[in-house]
Amino acid sequence: MYRNLTIRQKQIVWAWAFLAIPILFYSVIRFYPTGNAILISFQDWNLLGDRTWTGFDNYQKLFADPVFWKVFKNTFVYLLIGTPLSLIISFVIAYHLDQVRFMHGFLRMLYFLPFMTSAVAMAWVWRWFYQPVPVGLFNNALASIGIPQFPFLQSTTWALPSVLAPAVWAGLGFQVIIFMAGLRAIPRSYYEAARIDGVSWWTVLWEITLPLLKPTIVFIVVFSSIGFLRIFDHVFNMTTNNPGGPLNSTKPLVLMIYETAFSAFDMGYAAAQTVVLFLVLLVVSLVQLRILRDT
Amino acid sequence: MSFFNVKALAVATATSAAALFSTAAQAVEIEYWQYFFDARVQAMETLIENFQNANPDITVKMTHFPYADYRTKVAAAIPAGEGPDVVQLFYGWLNDYVAADLIQPLPADVFPASKIDEEFFPMVQAMKDGDAYWALPTAVRSLALFYNERLLEEAGVEPPTTMDEMIAAAKAMTKRDGAGNLTQVGMTAGMTAQDHHWWREGLIRQFGGEPYVDDYQTVNYNSDAGLEALNFYSSLFSGDDAVTAIGFMDEPQAAFKAGRAGMHIDGSFRIGSLNNTRGLKWGVTELPATADGTRSNYSSYWVNAVTTKAEGEKYDAAVKFMEYVTSDEAMQVWLDVVGELPAKPSVGLTEANSNDPVFGPFIKGLAYANTTKFANESGQRQLMVEMVERMTLQGMSAEESLAIAAEAEQKILDEYYNSASN
Repeated sequence: MYRNLTIRQKQIVWAWAFLAIPILFYSVIRFYPTGNAILISFQDWNLLGDRTWTGFDNYQKLFADPVFWKVFKNTFVYLLIGTPLSLIISFVIAYHLDQVRFMHGFLRMLYFLPFMTSAVAMAWVWRWFYQPVPVGLFNNALASIGIPQFPFLQSTTWALPSVLAPAVWAGLGFQVIIFMAGLRAIPRSYYEAARIDGVSWWTVLWEITLPLLKPTIVFIVVFSSIGFLRIFDHVFNMTTNNPGGPLNSTKPLVLMIYETAFSAFDMGYAAAQTVVLFLVLLVVSLVQLRILRDT
Repeated sequence: MSFFNVKALAVATATSAAALFSTAAQAVEIEYWQYFFDARVQAMETLIENFQNANPDITVKMTHFPYADYRTKVAAAIPAGEGPDVVQLFYGWLNDYVAADLIQPLPADVFPASKIDEEFFPMVQAMKDGDAYWALPTAVRSLALFYNERLLEEAGVEPPTTMDEMIAAAKAMTKRDGAGNLTQVGMTAGMTAQDHHWWREGLIRQFGGEPYVDDYQTVNYNSDAGLEALNFYSSLFSGDDAVTAIGFMDEPQAAFKAGRAGMHIDGSFRIGSLNNTRGLKWGVTELPATADGTRSNYSSYWVNAVTTKAEGEKYDAAVKFMEYVTSDEAMQVWLDVVGELPAKPSVGLTEANSNDPVFGPFIKGLAYANTTKFANESGQRQLMVEMVERMTLQGMSAEESLAIAAEAEQKILDEYYNSASN
């Protein structure tokens, strides 16, 4: 039967044969569990007993849960502060690093180093930096010059920014490298033409550099948004004794899911939260792609 | 001999030989699971070795996991039929395992309930259902007050026996720098560690209350006693004469280990790690009593249970193994190696054990200890953490914060017991 096919048809058969492997892999590793999670979100299950259907109970409970809304807000605070902040800082660094020749490689390495460091190790080091006197580096420094201690992780206002800071720092290296690649890809001739025309530095930046960096910016925004919406390791490790605390002020959605699933063992409720997170990620990514691509 | 007979004989010889070999070679292997904690694994290895010497036809294979994964792994493996024959579970998880039909009751002829009631510490009765026990512990744990001998000496105070003495000793050991920042605390505090147990089962009862009623299904601490207990607890870290701070040196046990805390309330399981801390001279005494001598303590334990996977000869072997790990001998091994207290007064309350300077205070504590039946321990602990945080970070009054905590905890209990009864 295979013999009777045309060359074109044979190519298609082979293409499908190869494509079948990733499709199979994805079906087993991704799509099946995703479907299962959606199913569990309509059930009550403690991982041990039988699953029982509960309809929309888990979702009703979720939308009536004040902790969920607090956590939902926190997740967006991570996103709305983290993404623009890391975008601006990494662009400024990349822009200037691109013009530096002296020790260029060394500086680039320094910026990239945090990205390669384990998030867990980094979170614990920062956690100790933030401690009150007598262990915390920052507070010891403040105390030694007579300034009152600052309650980094022990304040409902400042804990979230304190957790976010190392997370932003850790992601910078990657974003700087991507920005630099984007900057290098802009043809020199545009800048030369601009210089001949005597255009200001600001105009060059605004009319040439940024518009031509658009694909890079789209990539970084989408990538880091997903990262901040899924933030977990920094928060969990910096607040292990009181996960997401104090008073849920640093708790992101992923941490709430983890706790619901693996300390309360309420799998149905955790699955409902996961479905909500999935929808949020989907919507945010689609909106960003549309806004940043079309204009 | 006819041809048929020869053949029959040959077959008979072969089968009986096979049967003979199989009994010799086929030692029953049962699987045992617990979480990884160096001393516990070591103690269990000793117990398994002793057990196998006494029962050469049984081998026990131990598997252990990091504590962080243990509960999930057990919960995933047992329903899938992949798990152990004998498993170690936290007492608070037992209800779920019974409800899901994953463990089987211990046989009443080997473990008669009346005998266990009589021989074990009474808190073990939480594992009883009718005439049968679902599971039994080898060891139990309770709380006591650790103190730093050097700091006590330096401040010129004695190990406290009452709450007033404890506060006075803590004040004497608290140090501040010029700006008023704490550099050494009189005692540690933090609901994230063991203090939530001390507050629930210790302080509330000592102030005349009862934290829960209805077999731990109804929260009862939103009362005068509860409020007094909370006020006492928060007085440790509030005001200008605070003797401690929440989050001092990140974790209470870290502050104590570093020699920056005069006193620290913790469980008997902490003994091992304190012994390994260089330069720390510590002692331990019973939790402080009220002025009129009222004492109360919290105890908890891990139990061993036979899963529904064990059938036939594996079941028999599992029961034998259970018998051994709940024996007096096993309990003494567990005390010597792990530092956890024997679950039977006859072993624990021996002259030598209860006068032991380290184990003694914990063993004495067992006599007046209560065991909270948790629906979701970490969730319920979190509410205690938040109860204190609302007061320290948001300036809420103790009354209001206590009421919120009680209501939230009742909600957890209601949800748990309502869905369990379905």
